[in-house]
Amino acid sequence: MGSIIIDRRRNSKGKSTVNRERFMRRYRQQIRKAVNSAVNSRSITDTSSGEKISISRKSLSEPFFHHGEGGNHQQTHPGNKEFVTGDRFLKPRGKGQGEGSGDGQASDSGSGVDEFVFQINRDEFLKYLFDDLALPNMVSKERNDAMEFFFRRGGFTSAGSPDRLNIVRSLRSAHARRIALSGKERREIRALKRELRAMEVSQEDADTSRMAEIKERIRDLNGKIKRLPFIDDFDLKFNNMVKVPQPSNKAVMFCIMDVSGSMTRTIKDMAKRFFFLLYMFLQRNYKKVEIVFIRHHAEARECDENDFFYSRETGGTVVSSALNLTRDIIEKRYSPKEYNIYVAQASDGDNWESDSSKCSHIISRQLMDSVSYFSYVEITDRQHQNLWHEYAELAKAWPDSFAMAHIRSPDDIFPTFRELFEKKEAVA
Amino acid sequence: MTQPVFTDSEWSFRLVEEIDHEISLLAREFGLDTWPNQIEVINSEQMLDAYASVGMPLMYNHWSFGKHFLSSQNSYQRGHMGLAYEIVINSNPCISYLMEENSMTMQTLVIAHACYGHNSFFKGNYLFRTWTDADSIIDYLMFAKNYIAHCEEKYGIDAVEEIMDAAHALQSQGVNRYKRPKPLSAEEEKSRQKSREEYVQRTLNALWSTIPQPARQESDNKLPRFPAEPEENILYFIEKHAPLLETWQRELIRIVRKLAQYFYPQKQTKVMNEGWATFWHYTLMNSLHSRGKITDGSLLEFFKSHTNVVFQPGFDDPRYSGINPYTLGYNIFTDMKRICLEPTPEDRQWFPDFAGSGEWQSVLDYAMRNFKDESFILQYLSPKVMRDMRLFTIASENNSPWLEVSAIHNEECFSVLRSHLADQYNLGNLEPNIQVYKVDIRGDRSMILRHYVHNGRPLDAASAEEIMGHVEKLWGFPVSLESVDGDSVRRTYKSARSRASIA
Repeated sequence: MGSIIIDRRRNSKGKSTVNRERFMRRYRQQIRKAVNSAVNSRSITDTSSGEKISISRKSLSEPFFHHGEGGNHQQTHPGNKEFVTGDRFLKPRGKGQGEGSGDGQASDSGSGVDEFVFQINRDEFLKYLFDDLALPNMVSKERNDAMEFFFRRGGFTSAGSPDRLNIVRSLRSAHARRIALSGKERREIRALKRELRAMEVSQEDADTSRMAEIKERIRDLNGKIKRLPFIDDFDLKFNNMVKVPQPSNKAVMFCIMDVSGSMTRTIKDMAKRFFFLLYMFLQRNYKKVEIVFIRHHAEARECDENDFFYSRETGGTVVSSALNLTRDIIEKRYSPKEYNIYVAQASDGDNWESDSSKCSHIISRQLMDSVSYFSYVEITDRQHQNLWHEYAELAKAWPDSFAMAHIRSPDDIFPTFRELFEKKEAVA
Repeated sequence: MTQPVFTDSEWSFRLVEEIDHEISLLAREFGLDTWPNQIEVINSEQMLDAYASVGMPLMYNHWSFGKHFLSSQNSYQRGHMGLAYEIVINSNPCISYLMEENSMTMQTLVIAHACYGHNSFFKGNYLFRTWTDADSIIDYLMFAKNYIAHCEEKYGIDAVEEIMDAAHALQSQGVNRYKRPKPLSAEEEKSRQKSREEYVQRTLNALWSTIPQPARQESDNKLPRFPAEPEENILYFIEKHAPLLETWQRELIRIVRKLAQYFYPQKQTKVMNEGWATFWHYTLMNSLHSRGKITDGSLLEFFKSHTNVVFQPGFDDPRYSGINPYTLGYNIFTDMKRICLEPTPEDRQWFPDFAGSGEWQSVLDYAMRNFKDESFILQYLSPKVMRDMRLFTIASENNSPWLEVSAIHNEECFSVLRSHLADQYNLGNLEPNIQVYKVDIRGDRSMILRHYVHNGRPLDAASAEEIMGHVEKLWGFPVSLESVDGDSVRRTYKSARSRASIA
C-alpha cells in the first residue's frame, strides 16, 4: 500500500499561541515585575522593540517524583581508558552535597541556567507595563467642535445605494410581507384541507364533487399565494451610515525641564525615565504622538532630545518662561481642536521666589483650557519650596487634569507614574 | 543499470513519493511489517509547535506546553538547538513529519528511519501492541481536547488548570505497570462517559456513606484495610475514590492518566526503538545505494548525518550526557546481525541459539517484538559491543566516601556489566515506587502514600513536598507520604492540612 504524502506547510503555524497565552496568563505577576524593571534601562524613544523577560525557573517548576542524591547505585558509562575493576576515587565534593541537602538552595546563585528567558513583543510589553492604567480626560476630546468625522454603521433605511443593500434584512422583510399578504388565503386553505380530511376519514360515502371542488379551490388559492412577488422594492433594506465626529487621535506632549545648575545628572536621568514612560503610554493611546522639548533656566528654549537631556547650562531658574513658551507653541502649532495636549514638567523644585505665583497664573488662566493633562514631578530629597505649594493649589482646583508627584529615588518613578494614571472609579 | 531517483539536493513531492516507493519495496523484501504511512511536510515553526505538544498533532491546551514552546523557540532562534529531522507518531496510519528544510537525502533518511523503522517497531513490539491502541489515539486526543475546552468554558480556566497541574505532577504514577488496561477508544469514551459519571458517583457514595467518626480508635484494627492491596496507579485510585471531586474533574484526571499510559511504552523502549530505526535506516540507505537508487554523493551525505546520530562522547568528554540510546541500540542490533552471519568462537559461547544461524532478519525481528530495553540489553548485549564502547561501571555506596569501578569490559565482568547496564534501563529502578497504602475511610479520610525505598535511594525532598500539595488538592483531605526502607519509615512528607491536623 502506498504512503500518503500531505503538504501541511500551509496549515496555521500558531498552534502554540493559545498555550503561550496560557503561560503568560499564569505568570502575569512575574512578567509584569520583569517588565517594570526593564523600563528603567530603555532609551526614551525606543518603543518599537519587545523585551526579553526572564523569570526564575524555580517558580515555574512542574514537580514530579524522582530520586534525590544518595543511595547505592551502579552507573555505567562509555569510553573507559585506563580503569580496572577495583579502582577507587573520592566522591566529588560540593555539587553532590549541595543537592543532597534537598532544599535546592545550592543552584540559586548560579548563572543563567536558573532563569527562564523568553521574548515578548512590543504590544505585550506595553500591555503589561500599562495594564490597568488609564488616560484621564480621554473623553473630553470627543466634543462637538471636532474637525474630523467618520462614518459608522447605524441602523437600516429603506432607501440607499445598491452597494449598501442588506440582503438578510431585505429577504426577511420580503418573507414577512409574503406571510402578511397571504394570511387570508392560507387560513382558507387550512379550513378546506381540514374539511377534505374529515371527508376522507368519515364512514359515509364521500361527496366526490364536493371533494373535487375543494381541491380545485386549494389549487387556486395556492396559485394566488405563488403569485405574490418574491421580493418587492418595498422590501429592500439598506445599511445606514451615520456621521460621527472623530475624536482626535493625535497628541502632543510637552516635556518641560529645568536645566539650571541645580539639576544634576541623576535628577535629569530620573526625569528622563518619567518622560519616557509618559511617551510610551501616550503612544499606546494615540496613533501619533509628537514631542516638544522645552528646557529652561532663566529663559526657555525649544530643543531636541539630545540637548534636552545632555547639555548643561547655569543660571537662575524662572519657570514661567517655559510656561510662556509652551503657551506660545500651542497657539502657533497645536490647536487644541486637533491635538490632545499633555504637559509634563520635571524640576527639582527651585524657582525664583516671586516667579511661582506667575506660573500658577499662566497655568490656570492660559494653559488649563487647552491642555488635557498637566503633570508635574518634583525630583528632590529636600523640603518642598514655594513652587510646590503654589502647584498644590492648582491640583485642588483641577483634580482631574492636574497632577503632581514627588520623586526621591529612581525606584519611585514607576510607582509614581502608576499612581498618577491608575484607573480611577469612573467619575461621571 | 538503474537511474538514481534523484541527483539534486532539492526535494519535491514527486521525488519523495518515488523514493518512498523504492524504500517500501526494500522494506517488504526485508520483511518489515508496518502501518500504512502518512507523511506530512511541515516547516520549522510547525515543528516547534509539535515539540511543544509532546509531538502530537493535536493536544489539549495547557500552560506547560506554552512554556516548552517558549523555551525551545528561544533556544532555536539563538541557534543553541537544532530541530529534530523528524517526529513520528504511533498511530494508524503512522504519521511522520518531514521538515521542509531537509535536503532530498535527508528526506530519504527520515522516511527510512521513521516511516519504516519506527513504524514497524510500533506495530511489532509487544509493549505497544498490548498497551496502546494505534487506531484510536488521534480520535482520543480530539475527544480530550474538546472535553477540556468545554470544561474551561464551563468552569473557568483556573479551575481546570488546578486539576491538570496536580494530575500532571502524578503522571508517572498514573500508569498500570503490570495489569493490561483496556485499550482506549474515543467512541467508547464518548458513549460511556455519561454512564460512567453515574456509576462512579454511586459507588463512591457506598464507600463514603458513613459519617466520619474520629473517636472510634479501638475498632480500627478490625475494619478491613482500604485499599485491600496497595495501589500503584495513584491517579486511578484518586479518580475512582476521591470523595469530593466533581465528575468533570474525574474525567480530566482520566485523560491525563490515559495519555500517560499511552506514552509509557515509549519510555521503556527508548534504546530498542531508536536502535531499531537507526539500524534500518542504515541498512535501507545502503541497499538503496547498492541498487543505484541513490548517488555516491548522497550516500556520503547520509554517512555524515548517520555518524552524528550515533555519536557517543566518552564519559570524560565535556559533551557527555549519558549513553546515547541511538548508539547503544544501533550497536546491539548491528552486532546481532554480525553474530548471525560471521560469528567468532566467543559469540558461539555467548549466543549459542543464533550464532552463525544466518537468519539475521528473523533473529532481529524476534528481538524487536518480544523485549523491552531492560530485557533486550540483558539478552543481547554482546561482549564485542561492550568492548567497542569501552563500557565500565561506577558503584556509589551511600555510606562510603569512595566511588569504585565495579566492572569493566573484560572477560570476568561481561555479565556483571551487562546486568548493571540493563538495570539502568529498568523503569522500576529509575522511578521511585510510590503506592497508595492506606485510606482512613472511617476517620478523617486522610490518605497515606508509601514510597518503597530501593537501593537506599531517597526521594528528592523538595519536589516530594510540593507534590503533596497537589495530591491533597485532588484528594480533598490530608495526605502524607512515608518513605519506607524494609520495615522502618525513613522519612514522612506531609501535605499542609496533614501537618495542620497534627499540630
